[in-house]
Amino acid sequence: MRTRFLIPIVVLAGLLVLLAIGLQKDPREVPSPLIGKPAPAFDLPALAADRRYTHEDLLGRPLLVNFFASWCAGCQIEHPVLMRLAREEGVEIIGMDYKDTREDAERWLGHHGNPYRTVIADEKGQAGLDWGVYGVPETYVIGRDGRILYKQIGPVTEAAWRERIRPLLIADPAT
Amino acid sequence: MIRPNKTSLKGPLRFLLIALFSASAWAQQPSAWSPEQEERYRSLISELRCLVCQNQTIADSSAPLAVDLRGQVQTQLAAGRSEDEIRSYLTDRYGDFVLYKPPLRLRTLALWIGPFALLGFALYAAYRFSRRSRLLMSDKPAAPSADALRRLLDEDNGRP
Repeated sequence: MRTRFLIPIVVLAGLLVLLAIGLQKDPREVPSPLIGKPAPAFDLPALAADRRYTHEDLLGRPLLVNFFASWCAGCQIEHPVLMRLAREEGVEIIGMDYKDTREDAERWLGHHGNPYRTVIADEKGQAGLDWGVYGVPETYVIGRDGRILYKQIGPVTEAAWRERIRPLLIADPAT
Repeated sequence: MIRPNKTSLKGPLRFLLIALFSASAWAQQPSAWSPEQEERYRSLISELRCLVCQNQTIADSSAPLAVDLRGQVQTQLAAGRSEDEIRSYLTDRYGDFVLYKPPLRLRTLALWIGPFALLGFALYAAYRFSRRSRLLMSDKPAAPSADALRRLLDEDNGRP
């Protein structure tokens, strides 16, 4: 009987903890239902327009597929990280130029440097829709078997590389 | 283009609101559609969430992604796909979050049951409280008898 007065306090404390956890979460990060599934199909021209690429070109080795655009501010933030990953860590990064024009993308890559093994032009954003992209930059880690292992929403940071992406690539070696 | 439809527009206010907030959706509407197709299109896009501006439906939002998603819904409807097929096309890619009305699943059970459970609990608490205060305030405390009174007194005396 004596402890009854504790009940509302405990309820309130529980509620506060729940709300505090809720505040820590980023509501803009919508978990992708595509994790663990094969990368969605596409058939698009290279930015250089010399050939076409499909999802089958992603098979056989782990890689990153990075949706970017010359008009995207977050892409400039992550760009130095991508440059370093390509140069120093030997990571294969496929660039998906999302809703962009060829001239703008080429100028942007000329200015900031090109970390991509291949740049594919998703001019209409159809691949973006199929991959569940809702705001560039978004980066997918693709395993050897062509499955999506992880999706980075927003810029790739050194911390994200260290803690989330690198372990996945190590667990899924190229050979 | 704007054609008042008796089944969907119940009053001038609603009409105005719809016209105001879905101007961009109106602009996209193809002219060759049947009114029935148009109705399905409009009801579908007003139950899908825009992921960029999360508190808007893709009908309300003018974000580029919402425009793309409306285009996608439109193309697929025109190709004869059903609402359910289009919904699952979108949830396969963006997750249940695109639906304003979450499906009933184990994960969403608290969402669906929670308010009713809370209401039940509140009603129960209110009932308990009112019964207790009625007993305390009633003119005839005789029923609890001397035993109960003694217990109350003991409890009172026991307090510091």
